[in-house]
Amino acid sequence: MCLAIPGKVVEEFEQRGMRMAKVQFGGIVREASLDYVPGAKVGDYVLVHVGFAISTVDAEEAARTYELLEQMDQLTELEAPVVDEKSARKPQ
Amino acid sequence: MKYVDEYRNARLAQSVVSEIRRIQTRPWVIMEVCGGQTHSIVKHGIDRLLPEGIELVHGPGCPVCVTPLETIDKAHAIAAKPDVIFCSFGDMLRVPGSHGDLFTLKSKGADVRMVYSPLDCLKIARANPEKKVVFFAIGFETTAPANAMLVFRAKQEAVNNLSILVSHSLVPPSITYILQSPQNRVQGFLGPGHVCAIMGYREYEPVSERYRVPIVITGFEPLDLLQGTLMTVRQLEAGTAVVENQYSRVLDRDGNIPARKLVNSVFEVSDRKWRGVGWISKSGYKLRWEYRDYDAECIFEVKEIDTKEPSICISGQILKGIKKPHDCPAFGTMCTPLTPLGATMVSAEGACAAYYAYGRHLDKQKTESAKAQLGGAA
Repeated sequence: MCLAIPGKVVEEFEQRGMRMAKVQFGGIVREASLDYVPGAKVGDYVLVHVGFAISTVDAEEAARTYELLEQMDQLTELEAPVVDEKSARKPQ
Repeated sequence: MKYVDEYRNARLAQSVVSEIRRIQTRPWVIMEVCGGQTHSIVKHGIDRLLPEGIELVHGPGCPVCVTPLETIDKAHAIAAKPDVIFCSFGDMLRVPGSHGDLFTLKSKGADVRMVYSPLDCLKIARANPEKKVVFFAIGFETTAPANAMLVFRAKQEAVNNLSILVSHSLVPPSITYILQSPQNRVQGFLGPGHVCAIMGYREYEPVSERYRVPIVITGFEPLDLLQGTLMTVRQLEAGTAVVENQYSRVLDRDGNIPARKLVNSVFEVSDRKWRGVGWISKSGYKLRWEYRDYDAECIFEVKEIDTKEPSICISGQILKGIKKPHDCPAFGTMCTPLTPLGATMVSAEGACAAYYAYGRHLDKQKTESAKAQLGGAA
């Protein structure tokens, strides 16, 4: 579970003072914090671990790593339910 | 394009293996530290590609595996309370405690939720002010910045119905522990790439120097692992012992400075127990005093829980690189991913679970039936 998953920053936004982004991983888009990669911007590829971008990588590296993680069945964390204000109220 | 890449990678892999063969003059034992690396090595058969005499042993770097059974039991005791919403990463939900796993507890009515990110717990806590939200904060250094941010934000936003149950482990003290063992076999390490993306690798330098052991910070792709092994064998053959960085396309010597800064402001180093191994001095994190109000162990009165692991399990020796899964009489028979007896079988990144997932228990059965037949013939 220490592996970080590469994805592309497709949108930036602010949430309660945190610098957040929508990051695209293959066909899935999830939110991630950009607080630990101050230089990252829309269009960049970042390594994301449990909702936090921890490093930037180039597009080729990102594509190769993503494919390998997919083969290794290491992308299941992306399938965890999305928590928003509404779903947070209800038990899963 | 994909097939061209694969062809190129296969050729590159071959040339790295040939180079290892060319320079190797004697047997060497090398440990990969990270569970993700172990999984990749076993899946791609990297250890079997290497020349005879280069042995890869599998280290303690799977955070799910090394979370002590009593901590899992504590998590269950907290999650079973009626006013608690218990949140965890998916991997941890399936790990059996002394009385079933967290999924079982959920099926009995407990509010147990799988989260993608620790930050999800903040949303859950805000949306359920009448409940106590507890997050199972496990992990190595890679996960610490995320868990630290959760607590930092909770305090900053005065979200007071949230706490974390901490089980955080650190890699360099575990390497030191392995090197100090009188039974140690490990002569070189493939260091954990994504851990060092956060921490950098300065703290590995005194370990390498003091114990005269090469440490090569390595990625987890097949070519990374082969190149890391080549760099380690080169050092071993030349008699050098320094820290090198095979994974420079992702990390540098200092790691992620903003992440390290926040981790240090929320957590402090403490002694920690590792499942299968025991207590290792200064090998984990605990919350700093300023954040004690967010420590689930302070908030919930959970008695010290006494647990007992099956004596047949040799996971402690596997985690230290002394033994391999095949050396265990229970591997693949009494002990499988569905009925794990110890640390290295409870998560896909544990050495025993990885061996099982890729059919290596069948090799064992074949060897044993061959031995039995030979014995019968004699």
